[in-house]
Amino acid sequence: MATIWLRRSRTIAQSLKHKYGLTGILGLEGCNSFQNLHASSPSSTNHDRHLLVSTYKYSTTIVSDKRLKSTVALKHLDSTAFASDSDDEQALDFPGGMVSYTSEMQFISESQEKRIPCYRVLDDNGEIINGSDLELVSKEVAVKMYNDMVTLQMMDNIFYEAQRQGRISFYLTSMGEEAISIASAAALSTEDYILPQYREPGVLLWRGFTIQEFANQLFGNKADYGKGRQMPIHYGSNKLNYITISSPIATQLPQAVGVAYSLKMDKKDACVVTYTGDGGTSEGDFHAALNFAAVTDAPVVFICRNNGWAISTNVSEQFRSDGVVVKGQAYGVRSIRVDGNDALAVYSAIHSARKTAISEERPVLVEALTYRVGHHSTSDDSTKYRPVDEIEYWKSARNPVNRFRNWVESNGWWSDTEETELRSSLKKQLLQAIQAAEKTEKPPVSDLFSDVYDVTPSNLREQENQLRETINKYPQDYPSDVPV
Amino acid sequence: MATATTFITRGRRVVSSISRRRFSSSCQNAIQQQQQEKSQPGGGKSLNLYSAINQALHIALETDSRAYVFGEDVSFGGVFRCTTGLADRFGKSRVFNTPLCEQKARKFHIKFCFMQGIVGFGIGLAAMGNRAIAEIQFADYIFPAFDQIVNEAAKFRYRSGNQFNCGGLTIRAPYGAVGHGGHYHSQSPEAFFCHVPGIKVVIPRSPRQAKGLLLSCIRDPNPVVFFEPKWLYRLSVEEVPEDDYMLPLSEAEVIREGSDITLVGWGAQLSIMEQACIDAEKSPTLVALQEGISCELIDLKTLIPWDKETVEVSVKKTGRLLISHEAPVTGGFGAEIAASILDRCFLRLEAPVARVCGLDTPFPLVFEPFYMPTKNKILDAIKSTVNY
Ligand SMILES: Cc1ncc(C[n+]2csc(CCOP(=O)(O)OP(=O)(O)O)c2C)c(N)n1
Ligand SMILES: [Mg+2]
Repeated sequence: MATIWLRRSRTIAQSLKHKYGLTGILGLEGCNSFQNLHASSPSSTNHDRHLLVSTYKYSTTIVSDKRLKSTVALKHLDSTAFASDSDDEQALDFPGGMVSYTSEMQFISESQEKRIPCYRVLDDNGEIINGSDLELVSKEVAVKMYNDMVTLQMMDNIFYEAQRQGRISFYLTSMGEEAISIASAAALSTEDYILPQYREPGVLLWRGFTIQEFANQLFGNKADYGKGRQMPIHYGSNKLNYITISSPIATQLPQAVGVAYSLKMDKKDACVVTYTGDGGTSEGDFHAALNFAAVTDAPVVFICRNNGWAISTNVSEQFRSDGVVVKGQAYGVRSIRVDGNDALAVYSAIHSARKTAISEERPVLVEALTYRVGHHSTSDDSTKYRPVDEIEYWKSARNPVNRFRNWVESNGWWSDTEETELRSSLKKQLLQAIQAAEKTEKPPVSDLFSDVYDVTPSNLREQENQLRETINKYPQDYPSDVPV
Repeated sequence: MATATTFITRGRRVVSSISRRRFSSSCQNAIQQQQQEKSQPGGGKSLNLYSAINQALHIALETDSRAYVFGEDVSFGGVFRCTTGLADRFGKSRVFNTPLCEQKARKFHIKFCFMQGIVGFGIGLAAMGNRAIAEIQFADYIFPAFDQIVNEAAKFRYRSGNQFNCGGLTIRAPYGAVGHGGHYHSQSPEAFFCHVPGIKVVIPRSPRQAKGLLLSCIRDPNPVVFFEPKWLYRLSVEEVPEDDYMLPLSEAEVIREGSDITLVGWGAQLSIMEQACIDAEKSPTLVALQEGISCELIDLKTLIPWDKETVEVSVKKTGRLLISHEAPVTGGFGAEIAASILDRCFLRLEAPVARVCGLDTPFPLVFEPFYMPTKNKILDAIKSTVNY
């Protein structure tokens, strides 16, 4: 960086030379390359900058039953910063654009005065707030969204219970966060790829993964696409463009950028949506992913479900920033904070984010504020580390499913009778699915050895033969529901 | 995944899944047997493994005001309860999963999920002469920290010409099978770390061992990776002296004497091996017709730098060697032991060195009983080695 100063101010250069004998240190190459850069004319850089700024003023046509309004993205860059100030001695021509000088030693504050506001459309009672920006949702879509949210709730109740009865080894609910996965899925096309964390089975549900398919994975039977190899809730579906969940946190995020880049290169009318929790944002992979996405102009939407907790770690212990949304700007990623318990707001934000990602070829970060109403998983008891009334508040007063139901009902699209019918039919389907999944045999022993590579290498063939001999000799050592 | 806490409330579930799978019930018997044999009277209170670790951590913090415990969820006790009570007793500035801003002028920021952060932070803390005791929630999640461990911790002393060291660093991580952990809550990654000069790798087999070895690791002037057998956290119970005691590192222990074959293992696998030894004793063979096979069982305890001499002396006596570990056989630490002993005992060996290990597949959920190096697999290998 010393070269910059040398180029900009001969006096400083001289004094540096005196002080540190810098001429010997600075390679000629360094100086030259910087001069070349400078020679590429500051005016053209300014011009580029203006272009850039004008693209920020995009507007989306949004149809609302209450009001029509266009959304203007936050202006991140001040378009007037360099317009009147073309004196290149007053500004530093630096890769990425002109940087103005200041003699004021001012540190950028660690936080903004006000927290970034949270975009919402529905108030607590499920009524559309006057003047909201929103994407219209048809009756059909709205009713399916509500149906799926209820299905997710019922699935969570009944599968959770099945775990408590010892029928499956593990389970993890989406309670309190139903709106995020369902509404975001609703705003996407099924051509869009999903790289999930683990609390987004709602996306699969929306795309048509059946209750039986969920149950098969949970029981690890031979109909499980993962062939019983992973713990319960690690769903995946090639058919539905939902890449199989893996347990390590945040690893999916940089992968999502790679998938998105490929979609872009193939000129697909599709983007990638990847999910993470608030805890996931503390992993290095989160930061690498945002930066990579920005630099590669990848059409990827990062959705962070900020549900307040990462197992027992509260967000106040997770980061000191204003949540997650502010991290986008540091990486040059457009970002928005939405109320994750407002299905309409999530739907509208993701609809718009998807459009941006694909048409402008750029990543978007969406922070959805919500709350993990359930325990982290069946292995956790969250009352040990958080107050019960906090859980109760989010479960009742801020319940996303009830809020959405109020809105759907107010449109005359849903009634109590439909509600009762839906719930009782779901209960039946779920119990049947559990029974069927439980009865279905496990995948065969050969599935232990397949898929380690495309073709099973000799060491594994040898080990399989040995294992079969051992099984013949000691059948009592092995579970009887796994076909040999 | 998803389940960091999977195993907290699972003590009972482990047992029940064990009784469903007979292979595992033999493991449970073995553990009980081992407990009966090993617990010496008057040795202190009967403790399970996680409580023994908890006791060691209490002592470590008590005896050294420059000792710190940190990692994911440790302030509420950790997902396996190993750190229970520590934050209350020693304060949030010494036991934390969080920044402890309210209390001290100096703030420690440790992000909960940041594995590379946890270890990097620990290295820095240790480099300043502190005892940094880091917990990684599962050994399966240690890999983001691999760079910090391999390139930083292991070479900190060497690369500075011994001007600096991070010897006060101890990284604890639960490892191994647990009956229902699938890919990411079951792995045994010890061999990766045994390939790294500059760190020590230690694995205890029981509560008493865990306490004494952990205290040695914490006080050892080298960075140590300490893998805890999570299957045994609740299952393994024995008398543990209440006082502050240390067990030597790099010293293997003959835990069962025998004359026909030497078995070498570590951690949870030893109880399975012990059961196989007991059964082998009841099987008459060509070599030892009347008595059955007499097996010598060695707990290696420290994997690097390991105690070759104890294994060598034993193999020179028995003429046979069997190594067993849960990690995949290919490239496992068993291979290193086999090569070294072949080198030292070539002319004394009467049979090829046998390895009974995990398969060369990812760790599978429903196939776990098939994947595991079970008692009967070991028993068969003992017999075929002795009858070679
Ligand atoms: C790399 C890694 N470290 C630790 C874990 C253990 N673990 C499972 S879930 C979890 C919490 C994640 O919290 P967050 O990202 O906020 O998601 P949430 O559970 O709140 O949906 C942790 C630490 C893991 N799966 N992977
Ligand atoms: Mg969270």
